[in-house]
Amino acid sequence: MKQAKGRTGTVLAVASIVLVIISLGLVFLWAPTELTMKEVQRIFYFHVAVDWVGFLAFFVTLVASVMYLRTHDRKWDIVGMSSVELGALFLTMGAMTGSLWARPVWNTWWTWDARLTTVAITWLVYLAYLMLRGAMDDPQRRARFSAVYGIVSFVTVPLTFASVFFLRTIHPALFAASSAAQGKMQFETGLGSAKMGMTLTFCVVAFTVVYVTLLRQRIRLEHTADRVARLQQELVA
Amino acid sequence: MNYLNKVAAIIAKDVAAELRTREMLSSMGVFSILVIIVFNFALELTERNIIETATPGALWVTIIFAGMLGLNRSLSVELDKGCLDGLLLTPVDRSAIFLGKALGNALFMLAVEVVVLPLFVVFFNVPFVQPWVILVVVLGTFGFAGVGTLLSSMAVNTRAREVMLPILLFPVAMPELIAAVKATSGAMMGLPVSEWRQWLNLLIVFDVILVTVSFMVFEYVVEE
Repeated sequence: MKQAKGRTGTVLAVASIVLVIISLGLVFLWAPTELTMKEVQRIFYFHVAVDWVGFLAFFVTLVASVMYLRTHDRKWDIVGMSSVELGALFLTMGAMTGSLWARPVWNTWWTWDARLTTVAITWLVYLAYLMLRGAMDDPQRRARFSAVYGIVSFVTVPLTFASVFFLRTIHPALFAASSAAQGKMQFETGLGSAKMGMTLTFCVVAFTVVYVTLLRQRIRLEHTADRVARLQQELVA
Repeated sequence: MNYLNKVAAIIAKDVAAELRTREMLSSMGVFSILVIIVFNFALELTERNIIETATPGALWVTIIFAGMLGLNRSLSVELDKGCLDGLLLTPVDRSAIFLGKALGNALFMLAVEVVVLPLFVVFFNVPFVQPWVILVVVLGTFGFAGVGTLLSSMAVNTRAREVMLPILLFPVAMPELIAAVKATSGAMMGLPVSEWRQWLNLLIVFDVILVTVSFMVFEYVVEE
């Protein structure tokens, strides 16, 4: 049993490395250069992939939170927490890659577009979740409160998106400069766009595998920490 | 006692306690006035066009800051001397406790708003005392008090206590605040409702979803 677990970890780790290397090749060598944005556009593949993982992680936390409240099993608390940590990491990467792209293309690092604002709020929710955990000692209460916060905050993310989306549709000029319009630009040209689409899909899959690998490691680390704490207690007693 | 009577009893208890000390309402009220004065100087609220764009936001910042004071106070007094444990020991459904506390908090916020809205009219000459603006303010207050009560009952049980509430509450309440500010500004300028209906709808959707979710998960916060 233990050996099988170790093997899955190795397989996942190797798969992540291979997939990321292949996606690097696809992004920089295989995908055609975008007509108006030129090479800068290539960061888009990583940007979409990491942001996708950033939100996927939040969804995983929601599921883990609901499961925790139903079962009160520490296992689900660990999944939720690990996923939040990774989500915060990936959203940070998403914001960084996005800024790098936005500076030459939009001529600004940041704009209060619907997606950007939603990402910013989600990022703050992740931070609040981690701070909430940090401010409690009792493990059961920490798990319960985190699960409750995971559920409540997840519900507001789509509402935030809706609210900012409305905000920008009232000012069409601002919204036209957003990533929606830019997405259209990309997929307009025949064969090239098919290659771009495939590269993007591959990157999304690759980063999802990276996320799963990291999540699994983080969960294992936490279980190990639990075991160490238990052993320590036994030793003291 | 049926369910509604139990909820009413909890509200009555909070109101009676508040009427005896008047701690919460007086601090919320004075604090709101201070915030309004700070806004006046920070945003140079003397020109007409600045007043029109900035006052809806200033109004809501005032409301949520004052609300935050009330929410913190409402749950931390319950924690002192084990009042919350006593409340939980009563043969009352947990959701009734949540509803009672949340409605009580909304009531205190509304009491402050009764003062704040006319103050905006007096200081900035904006038409805030009118049915549509009041409707928006009431809707926003209920949503904010609902989810705020849930998060406050968590915050007071952490080591950081009161400091934790704004960090937990602001990101969650963000869509509501955006919608409330936009709806207030639409109503204030006397635009036809059809032009800012989406904000009103969003506000209602937020209220329904967030209050329902808070109502459902509250029992997990107080179970020990």
